[in-house]
Amino acid sequence: MRLFLILATLVTVLFAVSLTIGPAETGGLQSLAALLTGSDGPLPMVMREIRLPRALLAALIGGGLGMAGAALQGYLRNPLAEPGLIGVSGSAAFGAVLALQAGLTATATLGLPLAALLGAVVGVFLVMGLAGARGGSLTLILAGIAISALAGALTSLVLNLSPNPFAANDIVFWMMGSLADRSMTHLWLALPFIVIGAGLLASTARGLDALTLGEDAAETLGLSLSRLRLLVVLGTAAIVGGATAVAGSIGFVGLVVPHILRPFVGAQPSRLLWASALGGAALLLMADISVRVILPDRDLKLGVVTALIGAPLFLHLIFKTRRELP
Amino acid sequence: MTLLSLTDLAVTLRNRPVFSGVSLTIGEGELVGLIGPNGAGKTTLMRSALGLLPIQSGQSSLAAMSTADRARAVAWMPQAREIAWPVPVERLVALGRLPYLPISGKIPPADQEKIDAAIAYLGLEEFRARAASRLSGGEQARALIARAIAQDTPLLMTDEPIAGLDPAHQIATMQVFADLARHGRSTLVSLHDLGLAARHCTRLVLLAEGGILADGAPEDVLTDALLARAFGVTAWHQQTSSGPVFQPLEVI
Repeated sequence: MRLFLILATLVTVLFAVSLTIGPAETGGLQSLAALLTGSDGPLPMVMREIRLPRALLAALIGGGLGMAGAALQGYLRNPLAEPGLIGVSGSAAFGAVLALQAGLTATATLGLPLAALLGAVVGVFLVMGLAGARGGSLTLILAGIAISALAGALTSLVLNLSPNPFAANDIVFWMMGSLADRSMTHLWLALPFIVIGAGLLASTARGLDALTLGEDAAETLGLSLSRLRLLVVLGTAAIVGGATAVAGSIGFVGLVVPHILRPFVGAQPSRLLWASALGGAALLLMADISVRVILPDRDLKLGVVTALIGAPLFLHLIFKTRRELP
Repeated sequence: MTLLSLTDLAVTLRNRPVFSGVSLTIGEGELVGLIGPNGAGKTTLMRSALGLLPIQSGQSSLAAMSTADRARAVAWMPQAREIAWPVPVERLVALGRLPYLPISGKIPPADQEKIDAAIAYLGLEEFRARAASRLSGGEQARALIARAIAQDTPLLMTDEPIAGLDPAHQIATMQVFADLARHGRSTLVSLHDLGLAARHCTRLVLLAEGGILADGAPEDVLTDALLARAFGVTAWHQQTSSGPVFQPLEVI
């Protein structure tokens, strides 16, 4: 309960800070007041149309990725699992890359996110088909790796053969992930996927706890393993698909957040789900604030910053784990 | 009341018949030892009886149940003592109550009492808040038995629970199962230590040669002829003033 309060406060504060940062130089309280009073004029407009969707998307996507990471780690009983593992982020990125290459983005604003979502859907069906309806976690990992590798190879192929250097440039930058210049339309596009995905993952809480004892023991505790796997894969795919479609590839959140928070929830997979959702939201808000504070004039990419934050945290964890070894 | 009934059970894995024609019933208050050489199919028999493996022919009363009903009829302890996360012992034991908990996941007082009782029964009070995955092998085994007891089922099935434990833990574990039997709860336990099987089990089932070779009181199953046939060993077996003593001697 205390952890919940701390994380919720952190998210609220970071959310408010995120709203007050931007190229339009205004006082923090002034901009918050402009958002709340909702009067007309340039500042309320900036707040409503630019900063609010950006902060909401950061919280939503960070929360979703954190939760998906916790669910996958719990399902695979492996602290190194991350949402990208099931191949959906790779296939969503490939869909987006195709849209960028085909110039869809110029003709339709939502062409790119819709193509990415389509890629994610194709990816999840391929993974489920390859992994089979019944079958353990191992086949799921193998199928995920196969689809990720295939999507990665196809993405490289598109870059390789791209006749248009600007498109190639766009593709590379898009793949680094960003929340700049996103509108409420983007939010409404990602929201249903991430909310439904989070709902599916929330329903796996008890099953993930039971899996602490291994697949056999969990099954005799009344758990349906095939149903659990379906929920975990579809939930993760919905979140990652929705997130990648509007923000590009954002790594490390789903890997690092559950890892950091695990000791604070007594390592219980069910409690780690909501804790990682809050923690993920906080981390991505923090990263998106850093992007705008550190180099406001250059378009620093969000995925770059999460990796820069994530890697040292991970190094710290490695040293901690090494100290605990006999 | 019959807690487990197998009728003419046959299992084939990867086109290799493991056993066939296995019929077995377990009633209340029994401690049944499942013995047999390596590869005889003890684990396969238990997993197929639970419905965790497909059955080629025959019936198992447990496999016929829905997963929810089965979770209230039998608790299963696989051979691999898996504890994936460093959860506190108390939370690990509480997993045994999962089949009974309301949707909210909150543990009602009656269930908490069962958890506390299981922890006390195995003498785990001092480990309550310790991370289960960081305990020693013997302590982990005890925590997992407490988890299975907290499930509060009439039947417990456990696969080699005493493998790799020190003598004190081995004896204490068998005594826990024997005590459960005295209170009407039955256990089917697979084990390789025939000495402990002879001393503690109320009944032995000998699985060998693709079926049940013998089923009965320990002294009727651990005969020279059956031991030679199933295990290829000779043994010394006597009823002494401190109970039955069984010691395998030589490979034939």
